[in-house]
Amino acid sequence: MTLPPSIKKAVERESEGLNKSKSKKLLEETERRFREMSVVPAEAVGVISAQSIGEPGTQMTMRTKHFAGVTEMNVTLGLPRLIEIFDARREPSTPTMTIRLQDDVASDENKVREIAAKILEVSFESIMKEIVIDLLNFKIEVTLDNSSMESFNIDIKDVEKAMNKVFKKHKIVILKSGLIRLSPKDTKTILNLYKMKMKLKSMHIRGVPGIVQVLPIKRRGSWIIMTAGTNLRRVLKVPGVDPTRTFSNNIHEMFRVLGVEAARNSIVNEALGTLKQQGLEVDIRHIMLVADTMTLNGDIRGITRYGISGDKASVLARASFEVPLKHLFNAAVHNEVDNLSSVIENVMINQPIPIGTGLLKLVVKRDKK
Amino acid sequence: MADVYMNGKFVGTCLEPENFVEKVRVNRRKAKYADELNVTYHPDEDNVILSTEKGRARRPLIIVHNGKSLLTDDHLMRLESGEIKFNDLVAKGVVEYLDAEEEENSYIAITPEVVKPGHTHLELSPLVILGSQAAMVPYPEHNVAPRVMIGAKTIKQGIGLYVSNYLMRSDTDVSILHYPQNPIVTTKMYDVMNFSTHPVGQNIVIAIMAWDGYNMDDAVILNSSSIERGLFRSTYYRPYSIEELKYPGGQVDSIEIPDKEVRGYRTEDVYRLLEKDGIIYPEANVSSGDVLIGKSSPPRFLSSLEEFRFGVEARRETSQVIRHRESGVVESVVITESDDGNKYVKVKVRDSRVPEIGDKFASRHGQKGVIGLTVPQEDMPFTADGIVPDLIFSPHSIPSRMTVGQLLEILGGKVGALMGNTIDGTPFQGDREMDLRALLKGLGFRDNGTETMYNGKTGQMYRVRIMVGNIYYLKLRHMVANKLHARSRGPVQLLTRQPTEGRSKEGGLRLGEMENHCFVAHGAALTLKERFDSDRAIIPICKKCGLVAIYNRFRRKGVCSVCGDDIPITFIEMSYAFKLLLDELKSLCMYPKLIVGPK
Repeated sequence: MTLPPSIKKAVERESEGLNKSKSKKLLEETERRFREMSVVPAEAVGVISAQSIGEPGTQMTMRTKHFAGVTEMNVTLGLPRLIEIFDARREPSTPTMTIRLQDDVASDENKVREIAAKILEVSFESIMKEIVIDLLNFKIEVTLDNSSMESFNIDIKDVEKAMNKVFKKHKIVILKSGLIRLSPKDTKTILNLYKMKMKLKSMHIRGVPGIVQVLPIKRRGSWIIMTAGTNLRRVLKVPGVDPTRTFSNNIHEMFRVLGVEAARNSIVNEALGTLKQQGLEVDIRHIMLVADTMTLNGDIRGITRYGISGDKASVLARASFEVPLKHLFNAAVHNEVDNLSSVIENVMINQPIPIGTGLLKLVVKRDKK
Repeated sequence: MADVYMNGKFVGTCLEPENFVEKVRVNRRKAKYADELNVTYHPDEDNVILSTEKGRARRPLIIVHNGKSLLTDDHLMRLESGEIKFNDLVAKGVVEYLDAEEEENSYIAITPEVVKPGHTHLELSPLVILGSQAAMVPYPEHNVAPRVMIGAKTIKQGIGLYVSNYLMRSDTDVSILHYPQNPIVTTKMYDVMNFSTHPVGQNIVIAIMAWDGYNMDDAVILNSSSIERGLFRSTYYRPYSIEELKYPGGQVDSIEIPDKEVRGYRTEDVYRLLEKDGIIYPEANVSSGDVLIGKSSPPRFLSSLEEFRFGVEARRETSQVIRHRESGVVESVVITESDDGNKYVKVKVRDSRVPEIGDKFASRHGQKGVIGLTVPQEDMPFTADGIVPDLIFSPHSIPSRMTVGQLLEILGGKVGALMGNTIDGTPFQGDREMDLRALLKGLGFRDNGTETMYNGKTGQMYRVRIMVGNIYYLKLRHMVANKLHARSRGPVQLLTRQPTEGRSKEGGLRLGEMENHCFVAHGAALTLKERFDSDRAIIPICKKCGLVAIYNRFRRKGVCSVCGDDIPITFIEMSYAFKLLLDELKSLCMYPKLIVGPK
């Protein structure tokens, strides 16, 4: 068995200055230890991983919400989050991002707050006070909320710019006092007016779409930004953000933006972090095994009947996990053959399972004739 | 303007809801309205709810007016002399019943001392805050709330004298304690409930200490000499019954000593206790397998197979046998008639239950545990006075559960036992700890209930003081004798050929899915196979079609119902349950072909 390159390099580094026999001994000893640490053939790593994650899982408290930061920000944690990760749900129930910043920015609170403000999505709705449909004159009248505009640091010119972009040929009147009148360009139907109102309300003014909340936090001397709502692709392009250390808790988003390897690491980090937060220590290799299994075909598959559990080769194994009839009928229709090569099937028919002592077969050498 | 609802139906509106509600109350108290009427005003919903419906839980409260309770000493005196009754107080508007809804709008004082102008009502007694069960726990205000609830729950499980006519009843699964006692430390609820007619426990001497590790993890140590003196002995009763049924076609069961020719006849021996009428006699000693009531029934089906059987040969044996692994003495035999006019026999069997290792005991504070060891008196620790505890309780059970009430009960029990009176542990108004301490000190004991004790085996003095006192303890109805169970082989189910389930059927203990995973995780493939061998079967399989075949042992040839006679077959070992699965698939029109490889 050869050593992985990283260990080999470390050994080489350590053996610098040692004489030849000693460095050889060091290498041999390292190899021996490495061999001892590795998993024995026929070890049931999957079951051991499942038990190692499952047992601490029973100890997880049912309290799911927890305040992660200083300010109010609810993040789903505990068992529900763990289930979410292993099921590979499309959207986490509380999407968040951890934005790390470039070193020169990270220590400066003002700059960090500036970036945070730039990232936060501001829609028209959050800066207006009142919106009225004037049916007599076929107009929409909006009163802006000056105080919230101030707090978002938004000028009336920004609003004007945004409106000109969205409502290109409409008649727009903007008064200094913060009153806006908007009339439709052509068809004067009430439905049209109503649609315009909805469009106006959701109009994007500034920031990254999808980021509902930003929260700059100081961690170990440098500032990071936590967000509610994710948009990894756009945030990575924001100047000042360190794209190498910024991530989302949405595993599928990580996959879309950064690829499978990132998704795999994301699964490991999220699962491990959730367990650690509950004060449970699970060896990383168990979770790595699960993450590898979930991502091994270049896509993310959850441990569900639609994911890897439904992809098992054996009919009997699939049938023993949720909706048995479906699998049996389909197998009958497609004339499937079960090779009885895995554990569950062999338990069912009471044959030795191909794991541990059951994997070994006695081979008898026949005399040559 | 508030909406007014009467029994859930909208009836109108009113302008001044607060005044309206007050007026209704005044009239109710003047007995102008029925006292069942309850009225509530919800300011946030702005509606008035009037209800007279049945099914509301209501409770009596003393009315407070302008910071003064309407119940006077005069009332109390006349109540005591019997001049007036409780209901007269209701009629007079001194006491009224509130339902849950009206209670929401009330400000209820707990004791007369704290009544202030804002109060609307006064509790009859602080005791009624708790229910009838929770109020049975002495000093509950010194315990954590969950422990009081557990305590209330365990009191219900205590065996005592649940009814005094138990000999004439035939309740299933009941026990009677031989020497039940009233507790030394009681609450007012014990008088209210007439507890002395159905007590559930005994007052014992308890020491709080560790003893050789046999009382760790909620176990307790019992003095075996106390047990020999009759402590916590009980009798267990189980009734058996049988009915002489009549079947359509004029056939009847018959209660008798079954004929030897009857199908399913047991050994002659088990019928030995039956008298001529086929029923056992009282005071007979019965043990496992003995027949209590002999009976034979007509054949179930008149099928062609049994046509050649006639007379008694066709009848089935359907006697009532004593339960598996139980024994005892026949207490009573009752012969009567059922609702349908059939002969009906009931036999009650009694068995004594002497406390043994594994029996469950509890105090009234939610501290329950099983016996870990019984120790003879001479080996038990003793005090300078020579007092030997009946039970040793682990001190580790106290801090995390915070059942301080139990310690107070021990203190009170000690005082009560020494002075020969009962101690009041009523919730919120029991005898004070300081008074108990003073009394104990006056009796010549250390005021915290601790004493110097000596090791019963070596005679050495323990270097710590140990709390000794009297406490009311309960024997709970969960006894090992009724639960002990093990099996190495035994009956199997007809359908799956797997072991039966449950103690009464002499069943196996299931090796479940998670246990299975453990064997897999250890890689113990062959051990796992062995454990699941309970329904092992060797099935002949047709080599041609892969379905279950038949082996004709006489001709040494295989027969396949699909491929015909004289067919090559092979024998395959599998679990019978899997063969069953294959059959089930066939019934779903699927063809589960077994592809048989070389051996």
